Amino acid sequence: MKLSRRRRQRLVRVAGYAVFLAAVLVVITAADWGRLSDAFFRGDVARGMFPEAITVALRNTIIYTLLAFFFGLTMGLVLALMRLSSILPYRWAATAYIELFRGLPALLVLFMVGYGVPLAFPDREIPGGVYGSVTVGLGLTAAAYMAETIRAGIQAVPKGQLEAARTLGMSHTRAMISIVLPQAFRIVIPPLTNEIILLTKDTSLVYVLGVTPATIELTKFAGDTLNTKVNPTPLVVAGLLYLVITLPLSQVVRALERRAARER
Amino acid sequence: MSTIEISDLHKSFGKLEVLRGIDLKVEPGEVVCVIGPSGSGKSTLLRCVNLLEEPTAGSIRVAGVEVTDPDTDIDEVRRGIGMVFQQFNLFGHLTVRENVTIAQRRVLKRGRTEANRVATANLDRVGLTDKAGSYPAQLSGGQQQRVAIARALAMDPKLMLFDEPTSALDPELVGEVLAVMRGLAAEGMTMLVVTHEMAFAREVASRVVFMDAGVIVEQGPPAEVFNKPREARTREFLHRVLEPTRVSETEIGAHLTD
Repeated sequence: MKLSRRRRQRLVRVAGYAVFLAAVLVVITAADWGRLSDAFFRGDVARGMFPEAITVALRNTIIYTLLAFFFGLTMGLVLALMRLSSILPYRWAATAYIELFRGLPALLVLFMVGYGVPLAFPDREIPGGVYGSVTVGLGLTAAAYMAETIRAGIQAVPKGQLEAARTLGMSHTRAMISIVLPQAFRIVIPPLTNEIILLTKDTSLVYVLGVTPATIELTKFAGDTLNTKVNPTPLVVAGLLYLVITLPLSQVVRALERRAARER
Repeated sequence: MSTIEISDLHKSFGKLEVLRGIDLKVEPGEVVCVIGPSGSGKSTLLRCVNLLEEPTAGSIRVAGVEVTDPDTDIDEVRRGIGMVFQQFNLFGHLTVRENVTIAQRRVLKRGRTEANRVATANLDRVGLTDKAGSYPAQLSGGQQQRVAIARALAMDPKLMLFDEPTSALDPELVGEVLAVMRGLAAEGMTMLVVTHEMAFAREVASRVVFMDAGVIVEQGPPAEVFNKPREARTREFLHRVLEPTRVSETEIGAHLTD
């Protein structure tokens, strides 16, 4: 029998749905829901985590994220300007930094900052205790990524903007501050928000520095509770709390991208 | 003292020599229109005057100050030279009013009230006081270019440079920009204008300069250059620009079969 093209496409689509549905059904029926919910969805274990899960762990996760983000943003801006500089050594230094820190795992950098710096400078310490070490340890890596994002943003501002500013008698620095950077940041807000989301999840590495009950963050908090209760429900709770931070941020990115698309 | 005095100006981009020895003077109050085919170096010449392009050799004096001298404070010189670009280059993140006040505030250090007063006066000059709160993206090309002119005028320039100010405009918007420029010329502003608007050059210019292949081929009052051009290259160019429908197949080397 010869099928029309439209009919054939519809058959293929229906078959696709059917296979997908069957696969979902198999997983659902085959899974042992009783054991799964005993392990991951124990109400009493979950309730026992509050309010500390929010007042301490979630709070610290947000603080670590913001500290590292603003450290990384400031340093990233400096690196971006160095990469675009007309002075060759600046360009080299910035490129070397970016290539190095983009290539290293964040965990390793955090570890080096947490344990290497005290060894190198025995009489000094990074101010702010764990908060300071996290700021630098995660910020150094974030700076490398953000430098590239900001550089792209600056280059996306049309050359005529700088020329017009210089023509009005502004110095190069003044033109960058008043004219180019404000427009560059508008362009890079969506990718920078993505960077915050990545950083939020990277704060789960902070445990390598050894945290106290006061400086604990979500992942370590969940891990500790898992050990005492001998039940993995805390991991689910922590996961949900990460989503409490990241999902609204994703919405912000989407809204900003919609707005940018409208303005163009 | 001449407003602009250019002598033996050369400019190369890599191996390409765009300006090959330019001598040009612009006296105070003069409106000089530079015409010529694309790639003839007109825009480069204009951009050398305020050092947006660094000359390879030669001298440029603006109001007696040598702009190519490394000891010259170029920002200081640029304050006295307004420039209007083909692509307007309004600051997209600022309102029309802020576009006109920002350099007054940051460069001339005028106070907010004073800067706003000057902005309003200059927006009135170009007929756009009612758009002060708008953003550039909300304006037509013609309105944007008029704001760009107001922005330059707010710095009280002694000289205005126009780099093909109407070339990016839809045909029906060209007139409003030319009207503002004609008004400026009538007020006695010294202007150096790179343009393809031959009617404007013929009517407003005190002098027309024809450039081709990096040199000034001829210059003179518009009546002379347009009505009895001395050079063959000028005649050829004017023929193509002024009578585009009468350019023949043979002169462009086309062999159309019938």
